[in-house]
Amino acid sequence: MATAVHPVAAHPAARPSAGGRLASDTWTSMLRVLLNYRHSPGLLAASLGVPVVMVVVFGYVFGSAMRVPGGGDYREFLMPGLFAMVATNGIMPTMVGAARDVGRGVTDRLRSMPVSRTGLLLGQTLADLLVSVVVLALLALVGLAAGWRARHGLADALGAFALLLLFRFVMTWAGTLLGLAVGREEAAGQLSVVVFPLAMVTNAYVPTGGMPGWLRVVADWNPISSVVEAARELFGNPAAPGSAWPMQHAVTATLLWSAVLLAVCGPLAVRKFATHGR
Amino acid sequence: MSDTARPAIEMAGVQKRFGSTEALRGLDLTVPAGTVCGLLGPNGAGKTTAVRVLATLVAPDRGTVRVAGHDAVRDAEEVRRAIGLAGQHAALDEGITGRDNLHLFGRLHRLGARRARERADELLTRFGLAEAGDRLVRTYSGGMRRRLDLIASLVTSPPVLFLDEPTTGLDPRSRQEIWNTVKELADGGTTVLLTTQYLEEADRLADDVVVVDHGAAIATGPPARLKAAIGSQVSVTLADPAQLAATAVVLSSLSGGDARIDLAERTVTVLTTPGVSVLLPSLVRELDGGGIVAEDVAVRRPSLDDVFLALTGEGATREGATREGATQESAATGRAA
Ligand SMILES: Nc1ncnc2c1ncn2[C@@H]1O[C@H](COP(=O)(O)OP(=O)(O)OP(=O)(O)O)[C@@H](O)[C@H]1O
Ligand SMILES: [Mg+2]
Repeated sequence: MATAVHPVAAHPAARPSAGGRLASDTWTSMLRVLLNYRHSPGLLAASLGVPVVMVVVFGYVFGSAMRVPGGGDYREFLMPGLFAMVATNGIMPTMVGAARDVGRGVTDRLRSMPVSRTGLLLGQTLADLLVSVVVLALLALVGLAAGWRARHGLADALGAFALLLLFRFVMTWAGTLLGLAVGREEAAGQLSVVVFPLAMVTNAYVPTGGMPGWLRVVADWNPISSVVEAARELFGNPAAPGSAWPMQHAVTATLLWSAVLLAVCGPLAVRKFATHGR
Repeated sequence: MSDTARPAIEMAGVQKRFGSTEALRGLDLTVPAGTVCGLLGPNGAGKTTAVRVLATLVAPDRGTVRVAGHDAVRDAEEVRRAIGLAGQHAALDEGITGRDNLHLFGRLHRLGARRARERADELLTRFGLAEAGDRLVRTYSGGMRRRLDLIASLVTSPPVLFLDEPTTGLDPRSRQEIWNTVKELADGGTTVLLTTQYLEEADRLADDVVVVDHGAAIATGPPARLKAAIGSQVSVTLADPAQLAATAVVLSSLSGGDARIDLAERTVTVLTTPGVSVLLPSLVRELDGGGIVAEDVAVRRPSLDDVFLALTGEGATREGATREGATQESAATGRAA
């Protein structure tokens, strides 16, 4: 084994094309995230458990005192809100993960290697997307058990889930950017406290109609509200959209918000990753 | 590949400023291919920044940097293909196994899935981590992490290796293991640049030492020459304070230096003139001849602190630096009966 550490022992394969490298590094990076999930079943259990708890707490505890304007079942009103919460929470794992990698020096090591920067980050967001499919599916099952139905047929329901996954994907890029920017795991943990009110000032749990004027404007224009409203429309669940533009054109607003956020966060995250510490 | 006649690592006039901190102010560095260079300096000297510049993680504000024959700024990608980096802290994914860490790094280095697996197995076996390889890294001890981190930089057998304080915080055995690995790598032709706060480490491993302070090289040369440039410290502790003055005379004449008397500790200390070595037996003989009863006689080889004292006129213990360097060196203390 005298040659094991010698410079000729393990030569990298011939120079790959940029596209081949992107694909290969994306896949490797996905693999890394999925391996992490495999070794921490608790992580997955938490992701799966939270929606169940949310249905019980919001649907049955709060729901017992909630009235939806114009009638309709509160739990049916709530479910699209919970789906959107799962989508929004996509910001968390990538934010904490990116901050941890920076703090531990993993980012430095990766950056000192001849890898595709975009591929590394893309792999992490795609892996998260895979996990989210499972979480959303489970939440849907719990919802069905609680009386929620998708009332506009399969195509619209799939459209709603596609929008939810798109938004989750956008949020994972926002999380990556924030995590790279804060660079410390504890700091990322603290930032997550900020995400909570952001997610509360929406139409997810209560109609915005009862909020004070200024808060209502914030809630109506909150991207998360667009996602919730779009999901309510596509699922055919009770809604109380009000007259604000994003509420009247929820699907379009969701697509626009997603496009803008992704166009900003994606390239910024890749740039931040590539030039970190410069 | 790189031209072997050229140095593997070259830095000339490299400057790097972070806000108001000048981390590097004109650092010059040349490491011939196949040699080990020790970057020695106290906390905040700029060692890590130098490594980060060399590893293409930080672009210098000014100056030229070439690694393995490529410009580290313009041809960063080529440099990355030629280097391995083990940073100051173990850069590993704690949530997966050691084996998977190596396997994933191998894939990123484009060894291919199968070769990456084989390589991970090879390295784990070779460095005594075969069994621990299937445990999550978060269950590893500090020494195991450091070792795995070093191994992770060897996945491609890079011709140029950067190790930032590879043994800080390790017990003597783990330190020795890392030293052996570095020696083996160097014997195999790898160019190694390592940073350290321990003169002893540089002494054992490095062909050349570059002493860095405030972002610039203040001394360069083989370790033996650096140490020869400063003397050893000899100290004698007495039972009877009345004999302090006589002892000071003996020490001064033997060492050619000025002996200092510490009354409270009943100790006389002298820094020997460079080139003059004080041998313990002759010292004890002289003291006996003068009827001096010594409680303790110690000869301490120069430590990083001493090098700094000699080179800069101030101690290395600034910016909250620890005295680990000195503690480690005192292992060389000799005791007379
Ligand atoms: N990214 C950064 N931003 C701001 N200041 C920095 C940054 N990196 C390093 N510095 C500063 O540059 C100086 C040199 O730091 P560096 O980490 O290179 O020192 P070092 O010799 O590695 O020290 P140590 O022995 O403590 O690891 C320090 O004053 C440090 O605070
Ligand atoms: Mg350092």
